Amino acid sequence: MQPRITPLGDAALLVSFEPLIDVAINARVHALASAIAASRLPGIRDVVPGYAACAVHFNPLRTNRTSLRAAIDAAIDRSAAPAADSDRGSTLDVPVCYGGPFGPDLPFVSRRAGCSVEEVVQRHAGQEYRVFMIGFLPGFPYLGPLDERLALPRRDTPRTRVPAGSVGIAGRQTGIYPVDAPGGWHIIGRTPMRLFDLSAVPPARLAPGDLVRFIPIDESTYRRAGARAD
Amino acid sequence: MGIVVYRAGLLTSIQDSGRWGTQALGVPVAGPMDSWSHRLANLLAGNNPAAAALEITAVGPELVFEEPRTVAIAGAEFEGFLDGARWTTPAVLDARAGSRLVFGARSRGFRAYLAVAGGFDVPTVLGSRATDLRSGFGGMQGRALRDGDRLIAGEGGASRRRPAAAPPPPKLPGNPSSLRVMPGPDEGDGEVFAALTRALFAVAPQSDRMGYRLHGERIPAVAAPYVSGPVVAGAIQVPPSGDLLLLMAERQTTGGYPVAGVVITADLPLAGQLAPGDRVSFEPCGLEEAISALIAREQALLALEAA
Repeated sequence: MQPRITPLGDAALLVSFEPLIDVAINARVHALASAIAASRLPGIRDVVPGYAACAVHFNPLRTNRTSLRAAIDAAIDRSAAPAADSDRGSTLDVPVCYGGPFGPDLPFVSRRAGCSVEEVVQRHAGQEYRVFMIGFLPGFPYLGPLDERLALPRRDTPRTRVPAGSVGIAGRQTGIYPVDAPGGWHIIGRTPMRLFDLSAVPPARLAPGDLVRFIPIDESTYRRAGARAD
Repeated sequence: MGIVVYRAGLLTSIQDSGRWGTQALGVPVAGPMDSWSHRLANLLAGNNPAAAALEITAVGPELVFEEPRTVAIAGAEFEGFLDGARWTTPAVLDARAGSRLVFGARSRGFRAYLAVAGGFDVPTVLGSRATDLRSGFGGMQGRALRDGDRLIAGEGGASRRRPAAAPPPPKLPGNPSSLRVMPGPDEGDGEVFAALTRALFAVAPQSDRMGYRLHGERIPAVAAPYVSGPVVAGAIQVPPSGDLLLLMAERQTTGGYPVAGVVITADLPLAGQLAPGDRVSFEPCGLEEAISALIAREQALLALEAA
C-alpha cells in the first residue's frame, strides 16, 4: 500500500492511498499526517488529512521541493506500520434525540430502508463509528461506516439551513452539524452537545481516529441538557 | 479613538493573511481574495504585509477618522475623495482627525484593500484576524462591516518605513481573463484537463468568497473513483453535472468532487478580482512556469519594500 504523491497546484502536494472509505487506509493517512507535521519542515503551512489522502500545504517560495519530498518519503516510511495502539483515539458518547422536530427525515429514512423508525434508531445507535476526517465545516466529523441498510443517496434538494447539533446520514456516512449550515444529508436527530467551541482547546471536540457512540435520549432530557449547554 | 464606519459598502470585511494551521479541524483559511493587493496596501501603509486590512467589494465604504492615520488603498481601480480631494488607487493618504474618506466609482477589478498604519486591531481567533463569513468568526465579530461600526487601528502606527517608489500595478481582469492552471490530481487521462483549457466560462452570480460557479461548456465528468479529500484555493472541481466550481479564499478544507486543475498561486490574485459576469479561460501551465511567475510577482513587492 505505497501512496502516490501528486502536485495539488504549486503550493500543495497530495499523498493519496487507494480512494476507499476504509479503516486501515484511513489509519495510514492519519499516521502519515502526524509524521509529516512532526517533521516541522520550514515552509509547511498546514497538513490536512482526509479519508484516503493527506494534503501538505506549503509556501512555494519558502520551501525547497527536494527536502519536502524527502521529508514526506521519510514520513511515509516512518508511519507505514503504526504501532498497534497508536491509532486508538478516545471514545465520545453523543446523546441524540431522534425523530420528531429534531429528525425530520427519520420517517423518510424508515420508509426507504424498509424498516420501522425504532429499528432505524437501533441500527444507527447500535454501533461505534470512527471519525474518518473533520471537514466541510469547522468541527464537522465524517463518521462511518454506517449500517449498509441505512445507506441512502443525499437529498435531491439540500436544505438551506440545518440547525447546529443535527445528526445526518448520507451513503455509508453519518455526521453532526457543529453550526447552522446548509446541508444535503438526511437529518434523523439532534444532539444538545456542542462539538465546536472557540473558547475550548482544541476547539473541536472530536479528532480523526476518535470513536463515537450515539446514545438515544428523549425530548425532555434533550431540553434539560440543552438548557445546561446554554 | 478609532475609525467610524459611516457607510459599510456592499461587502467589506477585515482580512489578514489567513488562518493557517487549523484546517485539520475543518477550519477554512479565509484571508484576502487578492492576496497580492492586500500585501501591497499593507506595504504602502508601512505595515507588516500580513496585517489586518479591509477587503472592499464592488461598492466601497465611507469612513470617518477620529484620529490622524496614514491610509493606503490598493487593488481594484476606484476613485474617491478624502475631505473633498480626489484620489485614485493605488493611493497613500494622510487622514486627519475628523477626515471623511469616501469611495466613489469603480472602473476595473472587483476588490480593493484598505490598510491603515498599525493595522486593524481585532481579537485573533485561532491565530488569525481574518473574517470567516460562513463560520461566523474572526474579524469584526465574524461578519461583514455594518453602518455604524467602529474600527480600532493598531497602537504605535506603522512598523516599517513607507516605500518611496511608485507602487507596481495590480493584475486586473481583461475580457476574457486568462488564468494559468496546472493539471489536477483527478484529471483522468488528460481528456478533462484538455476540455477545461479549451473552453470559455463566465463567473455566475452565485459566486462568493468561498468559490465561483463557472457557466460554460460542459466538461466531461471525471470517471475515476473519488472520496472526499483535502482541497486548495484555485482548485477547479468537476461535479457530476452542471457548472464547474473554482475554489477561492474561504473554501472548505475538504471537497467532495474531483479536481481537474488548479490555478497557479501567481494568478489567484487576478482570479480574486473577477466579478460575476466576467469571462475567463484557462491556460495550461507547468510547475516551473508557475514558480517563475510567482517569483516575478513577489519581486515587484520586494523591490517596492527595498526602495
